[in-house]
Amino acid sequence: MSRGVVEIEGAGLRFGDRVLWSGLDLDVQPGEFLAVLGPNGSGKTSLLRVLLGLQSLSAGEARVVGKAPGRGNRKVGYIPQQRAMDEQLTLRGTDLVGLGLDGDRWGFGLLGAGKRRRRIAELVESVGAESYASSAVGRLSGGEQQRLRVAQALIGEPEVLLCDEPLASLDLTHQRVVSELIDRRRREAGTAVLFVTHEINPILSYVDRVLYLVNGQFRIGTPDEVMNSQTLSELYRTRVEVLRVGGQIHVAGAQSALCEDEVHHHVDERVS
Amino acid sequence: MDKLFDFELTARLLGLDFVQMALLAAAVLGLVAGTLGPLIVMRRMSFAVHGTAELAFTGAAAALLLGIGVSYGALLGAVVAALLLGLLGGRESERDSVIGVILSFGLGLGVLLLWFYEGRASNKFGILVGQIVAVEPQDLTALLVAAVVVLVVLGLIYRPLLFASVDPGVAVARGVPVHLLSPLFAVLVGIATALGVQIVGALLVVALMVTPAAAAARLTASPLRATVLAVVFAEIAAIGGIVLSLAPGAPVSFFVTAISFTIYLVCRLVAYVRGRERRGAVDAVSAASAVPAAHQR
Repeated sequence: MSRGVVEIEGAGLRFGDRVLWSGLDLDVQPGEFLAVLGPNGSGKTSLLRVLLGLQSLSAGEARVVGKAPGRGNRKVGYIPQQRAMDEQLTLRGTDLVGLGLDGDRWGFGLLGAGKRRRRIAELVESVGAESYASSAVGRLSGGEQQRLRVAQALIGEPEVLLCDEPLASLDLTHQRVVSELIDRRRREAGTAVLFVTHEINPILSYVDRVLYLVNGQFRIGTPDEVMNSQTLSELYRTRVEVLRVGGQIHVAGAQSALCEDEVHHHVDERVS
Repeated sequence: MDKLFDFELTARLLGLDFVQMALLAAAVLGLVAGTLGPLIVMRRMSFAVHGTAELAFTGAAAALLLGIGVSYGALLGAVVAALLLGLLGGRESERDSVIGVILSFGLGLGVLLLWFYEGRASNKFGILVGQIVAVEPQDLTALLVAAVVVLVVLGLIYRPLLFASVDPGVAVARGVPVHLLSPLFAVLVGIATALGVQIVGALLVVALMVTPAAAAARLTASPLRATVLAVVFAEIAAIGGIVLSLAPGAPVSFFVTAISFTIYLVCRLVAYVRGRERRGAVDAVSAASAVPAAHQR
């Protein structure tokens, strides 16, 4: 096995007395699609924060594209959860995509404006957002915004794509469109995808492996290895039924912890 | 009232040195205020600008009492305010109330300081509602230096600041030092506010810092175009306000705010009309596409 683009060894994360997870070993290969699942508070988003360099590990180490996680690694793309934006915000879809290219650079960046515009247009086209990319982002639907988010994350040619509930609050059509775009990128460019989600079904056909986090415990494996009654019952330490219905996976358990309809956390929750 | 349209008097006054000085000061302020404005609006800092202006007033009042330059007092007050708001109002949920708390105390303190002051009453009034005609050559130099500093720093941090303002979550993930940029921008706003206080006064500084940008946001979604429009609107309000105030000798502040407000109303009207047209077009398109879709079924 070649060296992964994301390498995590003996990693642990704790906040005070609360251990989110420990002893985590994970090696994500180029082009691999890894779904990160688990109930709220299990540390899914914290794992992304670690890989983005926003959170240090309490134990072990992590490497992203051969380097320790650092703020602003250009080889890492990030797609957040959709959020409402102010209608009056003076920002067009193309500006949002452009920020992904050079929003972290100092200065105005007046040089190479033509090249920049062409690059943005390419990305906008690749996600099929031409018809609304010049509109104010605040007037776009959640699905339209998330397509632009994909373009924003991909414009820097990332080798790793970190996705934090990018499908939450989207309708089914846009869930499919956005996950297809992400899948296409990893197949065409070999970008590794870490996809945090509370709902595996929209991406089930793309997922190579699952990392399932519960109360400090975790399992890693193919969807079949992890998403079965025995494994999840062990993880949750209670009886959990996993039902496969029409190519979908449904997890049924007595515990309310399994009701994961709401998404409560964001990578940027400690911002502003 | 007919003095308002006494063009001959206006023309004669425009030839005076101190009037030209005032116009130059207003032009510089318009440029700075218009450039910062769209970011202030994006970051929802209108109330913070108002609070900062009130502390610039407190600083100016203290300077007046101590007999040092009012502009230095205003500058100090505004920068302290900007830093205080940055430090105490870190969380969004708290920011609004923190500004209210600081603003009211600063204003009260300023009133006390003015009460101690035994000089000319017009000086007291001036720092509240503006005293553009009292711009001295050394004030103008200070104004120019401050304006250049603000614009250069803004130019350097523009892209990360825009990123952090409109999209903080992704900006943080991309390594933008969001927590550093917020207080830095607040200080830039503080400096600009202190400049504004000397021209339109502490009470009305929002008319130049916020209104033009809010008007521009109604017309365009492009950050660059919004900035250009905000500068144009701020210049029209600042320079136009002074020119109109010359003949009647009425307070500059009224004219500046009135022009600014009028521009805002016009922009809202334009946006409203455009929005109706756009909705009309969308309805027409969806009605047209609905028909063949119905046939296919």
